[in-house]
Amino acid sequence: MAAFRSAVITFPGSNCDRDMAVAIEQICGGEVLRVWHGDAALPDKLDFIALPGGFSYGDYLRSGAMAARSPVMQAVVEAANRGMPVLGVCNGFQVLTEAGLLPGALLRNAGMNFVCREIALTVETSQSLFTAGYSQGQQITIPVAHHDGNYFADAATLDRIEGEGRVAFRYAEEVNGSARQIAGVLNSAGNVLGMMPHPERMIEAAQGGSDGRALFQSVIEGLVAA
Amino acid sequence: MKVRVTISLKNGVLDPQGRAIHHAIEGLGIHGVQDVRAGKLIELEVDDSVSDADLETMCKQLLANMVIENYRIERVPVQDSVQETV
Repeated sequence: MAAFRSAVITFPGSNCDRDMAVAIEQICGGEVLRVWHGDAALPDKLDFIALPGGFSYGDYLRSGAMAARSPVMQAVVEAANRGMPVLGVCNGFQVLTEAGLLPGALLRNAGMNFVCREIALTVETSQSLFTAGYSQGQQITIPVAHHDGNYFADAATLDRIEGEGRVAFRYAEEVNGSARQIAGVLNSAGNVLGMMPHPERMIEAAQGGSDGRALFQSVIEGLVAA
Repeated sequence: MKVRVTISLKNGVLDPQGRAIHHAIEGLGIHGVQDVRAGKLIELEVDDSVSDADLETMCKQLLANMVIENYRIERVPVQDSVQETV
């Protein structure tokens, strides 16, 4: 594989884009390009796209709703449909559901409060590009920071994604009222992952832990092996 | 032409905001309110060239998230708009 090339998309109101870029740079290496929401096209020869956390467009209308219709997202949707690996964290997860790349929606937290703390997560599958570096059932600690993280989908959709092994992570404790404690979901092809917890904030001891590293390691190792 | 779009959460979708409002109403000392559901009202000023199909497209693709919300479109006479009645 040629040098790893990734893109981090910045929307007006994104605030975890730098953290995401640093995590990818440190763990995956290669070139991390920063892409603005108004760009109509993505850079050439990308291997990986990340949608960061934040409050894109001030969460107007619904979290992620405006960002999902921004010019660059049309290019991201096309790339994802061609098989490009796409990771959306927190607001990035909300954008992916609003863009129709992932099922369900993220509602206001059931407890009404903004939740900002380290939480325990269970890795539900190691059979994905993003989670191959974890073992199934492994418990990890990753921070969350969100107001709208309450995952919702109808029962049939929940049964389907569970049956297809598309729940990547589940909260090991009550956090926000999410259906079946779902914290992260894969698309049917397995190349798109959305998750509310922030793996990019847990990549070295100085941040209190490094349980997020394996996610980025999985991506780079999976792509190099491919 | 004024168009009023009312967005409401589907039945079965938890509404923490509605619950908080309900709690605050009880704080006013008014009891007997059975349930509160909060939604959104979006008023659009549109040309005659905007068709019903255009309005449906707007609602389905942007104004409402069909996973969790319903929408209702009303074409309202101008004198009946919110601004006029305030």
